[in-house]
Parts: sequence; C-alpha cells; structure tokens
Amino acid sequence: MRFLFAITVLIAGVSQALAASESDFKTAYAAAEAAEKQAGSLRNQWLPTEAALAAAKKAAASGDFDAATAQAKEADALAKASISQATSEKERWKDLEIR
Amino acid sequence: MRARFAIGFVLAVLAALSAPPARANETIDPAGDAKAFRDFFAKKFPKVKFDDFVNGPYSMNEDMRRQWEEKEQFPPYEFALDAGKEMFAKPFKNGKSYADCFENGGVGIRQNYPYFDENDGKVVTLELALNRCREANGEAPLSYVKDDMASLTAYMAFTSRGKAMDIKIPSDPRALAAYEDGKRYFYTRRGQLNFSCASCHVQSPGERLRTEILAPALGILNAMPIYRSEWSGMGTISRRFVTCNSQTRAVPLEPQSDEYRDLEYYLSYVSNGLPISGPGARP
Repeated sequence: MRFLFAITVLIAGVSQALAASESDFKTAYAAAEAAEKQAGSLRNQWLPTEAALAAAKKAAASGDFDAATAQAKEADALAKASISQATSEKERWKDLEIR
Repeated sequence: MRARFAIGFVLAVLAALSAPPARANETIDPAGDAKAFRDFFAKKFPKVKFDDFVNGPYSMNEDMRRQWEEKEQFPPYEFALDAGKEMFAKPFKNGKSYADCFENGGVGIRQNYPYFDENDGKVVTLELALNRCREANGEAPLSYVKDDMASLTAYMAFTSRGKAMDIKIPSDPRALAAYEDGKRYFYTRRGQLNFSCASCHVQSPGERLRTEILAPALGILNAMPIYRSEWSGMGTISRRFVTCNSQTRAVPLEPQSDEYRDLEYYLSYVSNGLPISGPGARP
C-alpha cells in the first residue's frame, strides 16, 4: 500500500515537472517570433510557420501550455528552416538559370 | 606521409566537385538571357510554334487545346471584357478618364508594360499605372487582385491582341538591377515546398501538377489577365503571383511589391516578340 502511494506521488511529481508552464511557452514563443521576424526581413516567411504561431497563441489562450509550447517550438524550427533556405538561395538560384 | 597526401588529395577533389561551377560571365545580359530562354523552350518543345507558347498548356496538350478552342466561341472572360470597356470609358468625378493617363488613349499599348520609370527608378506595371491614374484623378485605388482591375486590364490587353511584347530596358544601371532582381526572384526557391517559379514553369511545363498542365514560362504573361475555372473568376498578374507563392507554402508578398514588379519586368522582357493574347482562359 505504501509502495503504491509512493509510486503515485512519484508519477504525479514527474508529470508535473514535464508539463510545460506559461513561462516555457513565453520563452519558446519569443524565440519563434524572433526567428520569423528575421525570415520576414529576408522576405521569405512560410505559411506553416504563421499557422504554427497562431496555433501556439490559441492553445496558450485556452491554458494548454503543453500544446502551446510544442506549437511554438514547431514554429521556431520552421522559421529557422526558411532562414536557412533564404540564405542558401542567395547564390544557389543561379544553378537553375537557363544559360 | 603518402596516406596524408592521398587523403588531402581526395578532400581537395571533393571540395572542387561540391563547389558551385565558376561562371565565366557574371555581367547582366538581358538580350543574351532572352535568346537562351527562347532557345531552351524551342529545344524542349520542338513541335510548338513560337507564337503558340502564349497559349500555355493548350500549346502542349492536344485534348486541352480542343476543349479550349470550343470554349473560345463563348469565352468565359467575355463579361470581364465588357465590364472593362465600360469602366475604361466612364469618366472620373473630375471629368477625366483613364484614356487621359495613357499614350494613344490607352488603346493598343499593353505590350509596352511593364516599363522602367527613370524618374523614380522603378518598374511600372500596367496595374500600377491604372491605380496611379485613378489616384491622380482623385479616385480610390482598386484592389490588385480583384475583378475590377482584371476587367480593366482585360480590356486593355484585348486592344493589344496580336501585338508583340515590346519591353525596353534603358541603359540605366537601376533598370538592369531591377531586371536582374526579377530574374533572381524567378529562379529562387521559396516556401516550405522549396519551389521556385522555374521549378514548375521551366523544369516541368507540359507535366501534370495534380489536375493541371503546367504552362511554360515563355509567354506566360502575354495571356494575362486570365479567367480561371479554378478561381471561378478573373485573375490579374498580381493575383497569379500571390497564388503561386501560396501554393509553395510561402507567405505571399504584397501585390505590386518591388519584387513582383521586377519579376513581371523580367518575365515580360524574355517574352519579347511573342504576341499579346490576353485576356486568356485557363482551367
């Protein structure tokens, strides 16, 4: 009985520790927003990034910070991929050119 | 020592192979580009007559061509043509009209757009010139992606049908830069799908993309504006660019942004000599 109680307390503690907080969401969202802004300055934003940012905000508004943080991290990864694309295409576009 | 040398040699060879090929001539050469562009499509589609490229997918698919020829007896853009003619003739509140803003009263001039305006150092498209005309006469600008603009440009294109595209690049470094920027935009991959304009319209014209047959880039703007069955309505060049960007999952730029204007300049220039065929109809 004591053992079961201890396990239950342990599981509850671990899952609470793994759950994302509002602060986690804010940190992840700020990073994603900054990356998307940089993609904007390169004139190369992606629609899925915008969708993930909007989904993150919506999930946060409903108090689901797990989903909100996951969406913000997804947006961050997408924004960084778009930055990488814009950077590599600065020269690579010439490879496609008809000559 | 030998092993080190061998490894060094292999690395040097790999580095040389992975580096982009050196280009002998990096100067901006619009005339050379246009020739290479035409030669590329002529070689890729030896059976398509030069002037027929303006008919897009119909020039490379016999079934679609037959359907289109039947449709042209009662063209779906006809209502826009009538509306455009009426709008073009209707005076503004100050008594002036579109005809006062354009040479030759705006009739038969579509083939000269876009042009490079040496006063403000930028490309001016027909859509932009129409809105500038409106604003200069105290009227609100039209949306670049909606029906009224498509109707006006449809009428103006119709008065130029058969005339050869005739885009000039003045000897002004800013004009050459605008042309080059347009070319860069055309070939640059963007969006989550990593597509450039050229991915579809240079590498894959004549191929199917879902239910569509992709049009060749050569002469692609000569048929604009177009009625698209997919849109159930008319579309301007601005609408086409915005939609293309969205389809690659890129956030579209604002209509008539510098990038889109330069892209139109480039695409129109390399299609010089091909007849205006707009307004057009596409699936």
